Amino acid sequence: MSELWRLSAHAAGEGLRAREFTAVELTESVLARVEAVEPRVNAYITRMDGIALEQAREADARFAAGTATPLTGIPFAVKDLIVTKGVRTTAGSRMLENFIPPYDSHVAAQLKRAGAVMVGKANMDEFAMGSSTEHSAFGPTANPWDTGRVPGGSSGGSAAAVAAGECLAALGSDTGGSIRQPAALCGVVGLDPTYGRVSRYGIVAFGSSLDQVGPIGRDVEDVAAILDGIGGHDPRDSTSDPAPSPDMRHYLGRDVRGMRLAAPREYFGDGIEPGVRARVEEALARLERLGCEVDTDLSLPMTEHALAVYYLIAPSEASSNLARYDGVKYGLSARGGSMWENMERTRAAGFGEEVKRRIMLGAYALSAGYYDQFYLKAQRVRTLIAREFRDAFARYDALVTPTAPTVAFPRGAKLDDPYAMYLNDALTLPASVAGLPALSLPCGLSEGLPVGLQIIGDVGAEGAILRIGHALERDLGQANRLAPLP
Amino acid sequence: MTAPAESETALEPVIGLEVHVQPITRAKMFCGCSADYAGAEPNTHVCPVCLGLPGVLPVVNEEAIRLIVRTGLALNCGIAAFSKFDRKNYPYPDLMKGYQVSQYDLPLCSGGWLEAEAEGEPFRAGITRVHMEEDTARLLHRTDAATGEGYSLIDVNRSGTPLMEIVGEPDLRSPEQARAFLVELRAILRTIEASRANMEEGNFRCDANVSLRPRGAEALGVKVEIKNMNSFRAVHEALRFEIGRQTAILEGGGTIRQETRGWDQQRRETAAQRSKEEADDYRYFPEPDLPPLAPGRAFVEEIRAGLPELPAARRRRYRALGLSAFEAATLAEARDRSEFADAVAAALPFPPARAAKLAANWTLGEAARWSNEHDGERLDRFPLTPAALAELIALAEDGTITGQVAAGVFARMVEEGGSAAGIVEREGLARVDAGDELAAVVRRVVAENGKAAADYRAGKTAAIKRLLGGVMRETRGRADPNTARELLERELGA
Ligand SMILES: [Zn+2]
Repeated sequence: MSELWRLSAHAAGEGLRAREFTAVELTESVLARVEAVEPRVNAYITRMDGIALEQAREADARFAAGTATPLTGIPFAVKDLIVTKGVRTTAGSRMLENFIPPYDSHVAAQLKRAGAVMVGKANMDEFAMGSSTEHSAFGPTANPWDTGRVPGGSSGGSAAAVAAGECLAALGSDTGGSIRQPAALCGVVGLDPTYGRVSRYGIVAFGSSLDQVGPIGRDVEDVAAILDGIGGHDPRDSTSDPAPSPDMRHYLGRDVRGMRLAAPREYFGDGIEPGVRARVEEALARLERLGCEVDTDLSLPMTEHALAVYYLIAPSEASSNLARYDGVKYGLSARGGSMWENMERTRAAGFGEEVKRRIMLGAYALSAGYYDQFYLKAQRVRTLIAREFRDAFARYDALVTPTAPTVAFPRGAKLDDPYAMYLNDALTLPASVAGLPALSLPCGLSEGLPVGLQIIGDVGAEGAILRIGHALERDLGQANRLAPLP
Repeated sequence: MTAPAESETALEPVIGLEVHVQPITRAKMFCGCSADYAGAEPNTHVCPVCLGLPGVLPVVNEEAIRLIVRTGLALNCGIAAFSKFDRKNYPYPDLMKGYQVSQYDLPLCSGGWLEAEAEGEPFRAGITRVHMEEDTARLLHRTDAATGEGYSLIDVNRSGTPLMEIVGEPDLRSPEQARAFLVELRAILRTIEASRANMEEGNFRCDANVSLRPRGAEALGVKVEIKNMNSFRAVHEALRFEIGRQTAILEGGGTIRQETRGWDQQRRETAAQRSKEEADDYRYFPEPDLPPLAPGRAFVEEIRAGLPELPAARRRRYRALGLSAFEAATLAEARDRSEFADAVAAALPFPPARAAKLAANWTLGEAARWSNEHDGERLDRFPLTPAALAELIALAEDGTITGQVAAGVFARMVEEGGSAAGIVEREGLARVDAGDELAAVVRRVVAENGKAAADYRAGKTAAIKRLLGGVMRETRGRADPNTARELLERELGA
């Protein structure tokens, strides 16, 4: 059986259940694809071929025993900040180059429980800080649509692996757009769930009040199925929603007639590339034809403050979360000199430039005399942003925007200009700051590169945005689009 | 340098204490590891959470929250309807996450007080706040025998165990008050079973802030923080020393430096540790991994309803029953003692005041002696039930047995069990009154101790004691001493 790696996860699931092929055959096909394209893409930091094949054999046994789940036998890429017992977890950092965790994250355990196959640990910007996967200690990941361009970030390895056929589905994490923006730039589907939907236990922390694990897949049905597999309450994460997670696939294939959408003006401003704007507007026209009401007059004036709020809160939390990497207990340890010199040397050698920049930014925002004017003020504005969204969701079922202002940009183009890099996330940050679920799905090409459309939902309303996304995806007729990478 | 005695100057000491208390919980503060690590091999009570591994998250131990609320209520604090945890950021190798989860601006308990007595004077001292935090790991400093180089080991067993920080108002005016404050705080914590509160075991640690100001002044002087005090006595001594040191400086026209000083137990003096000029910035911010704490009214009231009678109330009750201040304080200080005495008193067939006095005598005498001889064993493990002891006391009080016999029966009961009445009955230990039996004994004793009898008759009346001893010996203590003395005097006078 050839090129099984081209299948979507749900199509592969059907084939597995029908015994058209085995999980081992599917995994071997994916591993061969990895072998073929990885030198050009670099989607993985750590490959897990041996473990993957073993898990595939176990998956086949479950199909034989009749205990398979929708994710059984599906080859996954897992972002390398998701802690995996016995498999090194680097978070893209030199600091954790040799860190082999003694425990499993909640989501890794959920994938194992479901019988999924782990192909490898996906590349990422160091500690999830970046929008291009160029800030990885393990080399940049290339965009499979054009290997001279970035895949987005920070979950660039996960998105690129899905788009390149190096896995069928992936887990990423989103703090300010880290699932949605790379999904958009790689032409795949990414979902940032409601904050609290998926347990953060075992996710190497960046911005704790913003981090959320979510799925990246080749179509909306796949991300819905993965969220069903990883979502729900986990008592080990006190911020996880105690209510049971609804069955997301239940919302798929439904009519969207009468659904009220808005395309807030602030998301269609000057910074948006014309090609991106055109594809999103065409998609909005499709949604109208499908029976949705689309309001293009909505204004959300707080939107412009999300960037500042995010770049105060996330680095503040990061400056504290990353304090544990001191070379004393695990990970990199640059020895020599006094205890304090050890710690300084370790952190100087272990962290990259972007990480250091954000730690300093965060430590400054929290320091005595600046806390009120930076961190505290940011939290207050954050509340205002959330309130503005809440008011909007009293009138609309979802908001539709571009995911990123541009298509994938060339490697190195924004490396020397952090602020230009930060602007990449301007359209994804507001939902993150408010803890809202948001979906990115491909809505066509511009200059031969994928354009992503973002659907933002109310707290807990993943069902609504998946329903709209699924209807649009069907109408576009472009589900399971792989990158044209030979 | 020796500590000058507290001077009679116009300077007044102002002391505030900060106490870290380890509450008695099964699990650590934010993970499921056992908090009872005393004597365990290093690094055996650990898990990814208390090791601070990448990706871990805290989960609040409800048992610890109950205990701190209990403590807050016992210290007359208000319990916040809305509280939260914060991160206190500072790098140190004993801090596994590089920050300590603590409480900054919204502690669970605040605005309380306790009452105590020092040098016969009752006083009330404010409790600013009681908050919850996690303890650090322990660093063990070693020297390599071969190279002579120093190195440190980390024992993570203590990391993440719950700690209550109790901050007192600067209301204390003398080292004696400070010691009384600590004694009272310890008594309260033990009474409500919130902590073992043992300074030597390290589950009750105290730092002190002390400054001086002209008597009558409002403004506070420059304060010095004293650390490293490992017993109540050390706190007292260190404060005496520090007050003397500051007094000498101020009277000599000098100024006090704001600093942290450590108490050196060997040299009996405080020494500068570090200056506060390089003050730390802990960059506190709300712990994003934990939702705010909102203890509901019902939760708090349930805990309040479950509070036992507190030491101060016990003291007042005992004083009202006529016990001395010392008796009241000594009983109230330990709940097992107090409850034992109460149960004995309740079982005695006497009016409350008399019953209380008798119960206090026996509890602070015989029972306390047993406790001391058994490594401070609690009186709820005392081999005699309060009812059994009350029976014995009643037999002694109503004259069935003499005091001397009672002491012997008590020892028998402790060793062998059995009831007082049963032992007295079986062994024939009932008091011997004026009658033929005792008269015969008296005659025999006088006859057999001619010298003592002669001495007495010659005016050395103290010689009667030897004769009385003989009578008591002959009667195995059953004779009533007063009756025996009367009979002896009559016999000798005849
Ligand atoms: Zn633990």
